Amino acid sequence: MAVTAPAPAGRRFDIARYRDLSLVPALLVLGVIGFIVSPAFLTADNLLGVGQQATELSLLVLAQALILIAGRMDLSLESTIGVAPVIAVWLVLPDHGSRFIGLGLFPEWSAILLCLAVGALIGAANGFFILKLRLNGFIVTLGALTLLRGLQVAISEGQSIVTLPSSFTYLGRTSWLGVPAAIWICALLFLIGGSALAWLRHGRSLYAIGGNAEAARAAGIRVDRITWIVLIIGGLLAAFAGILYTGHYGSISADQGNGWIFQVFAATVIGGVSLNGGRGTLFGALTGVLTLQLVVNVMTLAGVPPLWNQFLNGAIIIVALIISRFTSGEKQE
Amino acid sequence: MADPIPARGPVVEADGISKRFGATVALSDARISVAPGESHALVGRNGAGKSTLVSILTGLQNPDTGTLRFNGEQAPAPGDTDAWRSKVACVYQRSTIIPALTVAENLFLDRQSSRALRPIGWKQLRRRATELLAEYGVDVDPSARAEDLTVEQRQFVEIARALSFGARFIILDEPTAKLDARGIEQLFDKLRSLQEQGVAFLFISHHLQEVYDLCTTVTVYRDARHIVTAPVAELSHHALVEAMTGERTRGTEPSWSVTGERHFGDTPLLDVSGLSLAGAYRNFSLTARPGEVVGLAGAAASGNVQIGETIAGLHRPRSGTITVAGRPVRTGRVPAALAAGIGFVPEDRHIQGIIPQRSVAENATLTVTDQLGPFGTVLPSRTRAFAQRMISDLDIKTPGPSAPVSALSGGNQQKVVIARALATNPQVLVAIRPTNGVDIKSKESLLGTVRQVADAGKSALIVSDELDDLRVCDRVVAMFHGRVVAEFEHGWSDEQLVAAMEGMAGPTDTKESHVSHN
Repeated sequence: MAVTAPAPAGRRFDIARYRDLSLVPALLVLGVIGFIVSPAFLTADNLLGVGQQATELSLLVLAQALILIAGRMDLSLESTIGVAPVIAVWLVLPDHGSRFIGLGLFPEWSAILLCLAVGALIGAANGFFILKLRLNGFIVTLGALTLLRGLQVAISEGQSIVTLPSSFTYLGRTSWLGVPAAIWICALLFLIGGSALAWLRHGRSLYAIGGNAEAARAAGIRVDRITWIVLIIGGLLAAFAGILYTGHYGSISADQGNGWIFQVFAATVIGGVSLNGGRGTLFGALTGVLTLQLVVNVMTLAGVPPLWNQFLNGAIIIVALIISRFTSGEKQE
Repeated sequence: MADPIPARGPVVEADGISKRFGATVALSDARISVAPGESHALVGRNGAGKSTLVSILTGLQNPDTGTLRFNGEQAPAPGDTDAWRSKVACVYQRSTIIPALTVAENLFLDRQSSRALRPIGWKQLRRRATELLAEYGVDVDPSARAEDLTVEQRQFVEIARALSFGARFIILDEPTAKLDARGIEQLFDKLRSLQEQGVAFLFISHHLQEVYDLCTTVTVYRDARHIVTAPVAELSHHALVEAMTGERTRGTEPSWSVTGERHFGDTPLLDVSGLSLAGAYRNFSLTARPGEVVGLAGAAASGNVQIGETIAGLHRPRSGTITVAGRPVRTGRVPAALAAGIGFVPEDRHIQGIIPQRSVAENATLTVTDQLGPFGTVLPSRTRAFAQRMISDLDIKTPGPSAPVSALSGGNQQKVVIARALATNPQVLVAIRPTNGVDIKSKESLLGTVRQVADAGKSALIVSDELDDLRVCDRVVAMFHGRVVAEFEHGWSDEQLVAAMEGMAGPTDTKESHVSHN
């Protein structure tokens, strides 16, 4: 009901041009409802809390949006967010003394770099299977999702890791200028990504590849190379989301990221990114994440029992899809 | 290489080109030479080696043997895309336009800015696009999204982009396949004006009339070999077909004939009355008697295709009735149309016709799965037998009923589509552009099949803008902008019919009463 209001008044003018903004009215309406429902909604604490909670998911959405625009998809992102930190701390933690036994191969300060490297490696491996061996991307990344989740469980022995290098958790728990660092970083990454998609040749080439790969090849774009790079960036971003998440909660839980991929797809698609590739913007994807997060926040403040969250999440996805279907005027096939 | 460079050699000169793909010989000692400013046609049946030649001329593939020269100079190294593009431009059969992007961005794809890390200046890009479009006289808004353009506008954009790399020679691989008559006329005007600027063409088409209309020289390939190169004026239509098919055409007439004097049954088999579909056509009426082939002519926006599809049950008309053999048909439902005895050959076989990875037998029996076994089963033996009969009746060239349809040539794929339409033994056959993208021999045989259906006492409706398709008809109804504008008995002249399809007053207004009689 929150989102039925912003039906466009006049469809005559080129509404398709503003399809990426289609969720902005929904966000405003959510804000008004939140304000009415609870005085706690419009406070800095609440909004920053929502913002920080949104950061990890929004980084995965950023990654998925880039990959979807280039006409591919990567399901394994939700496992990368868990397995990359686990492998990184496994490599750096000492092999004696604490509950979690590491290998102690690298110094502690290198944990972040190792984590990012693992993410990049996962993206590169997916790219190898999809682009070199020409395997089906959906199934390859589905396999990777399961495999990586299993790897995390095996290495962490199914338990949360609580003793972590402080350099590793710094970014997720610190604040700069009164705002969590994660929010600053996330906003910066969206800004960089969005600018690259809007103003750089290689960014534009993602739209070309996702829109018509044959045509892109004919225009001289190195389709496979760029797709591979996008998959690697996707893995990198997911690993970075893992660092922020770990710092935020102070531990690596065994099911970190488990089941997130549905939220990731939902946020990306209601934000106007096409599942068929070639359409959408990062700003739209960001509004998708914020919508999902705000709905949950408003519901919580309104006193809706948390047991209904999952139901409402599903419902909001479908409602948001219907809205973006009719504001953009395009079929989502 | 030691030759002195001629001052003004042919823009392209290929000699002794051979190319094998595994066991298949795609080109064998083939040659071609195009002079500056020349419009040169390359014709041949499917599989003659045209596509391979195009990919060699554009540097996508390396020939096994042979020499290739542009303006007398050695061809660039393989992989040096920019050098190739400055020698030869190509508009491929499949569109290389990216629908979601603007015209300006499509024109400068992958060169929107001078260096990878330099931000794209969108204003400047639009200005460059405007200049480029103006240079080639293309009247398109550079900031429009490509998907909003008409098919011919997209093609102009592709031509402008291809030439913007500096080449004075352009290959057009079946550019007219997706255009209607008006679009083709506009394309030809554009090409002629480019030719005046000194641009040379290699024009590939299945449509021989276009070759005569546009080109000065023609080269014929057959079975991977060069057969003949001659000025178009010196090669008669028959000689050209003979060179393509490698056999003397039987007499001067095709295997079917239309006398225009046959006697049709009195009660119409198909009776369409007062049909209207919003945005497509209004108050359309038509009858077809047993033994009659009726043509429904019209350009892309005339609504003729929608009428064919409505009769086949794909659209639900706002008003009007369709009657087959005296019984009304429930509109807007394909199963109802099939049950009433309407067979349908859709417009685009790739989209609506075939399921490429499935077998010939499966495709041909898709409409009659209820007849292939008891209790809803589909027995493989009956499917095969049924398909075998279709294959021999329609002379479909296939390794067997179980071969995937995608392995067949375009003409034979289209025969499978017709087989499917005929499988239900329909009273009325509705065929939309039945010879779209097939070679000349298949064309004749496909039209012959339609003729036979009518000769067996059924009715056929051919919806097309191709004059060759319409020649097989006993009667042609011409449409323009959703209305019937004229009707012609057999023996019409090309000019009359084209004029009517283009919306210029039809000369046979008196006969219009025919159209609406019930």
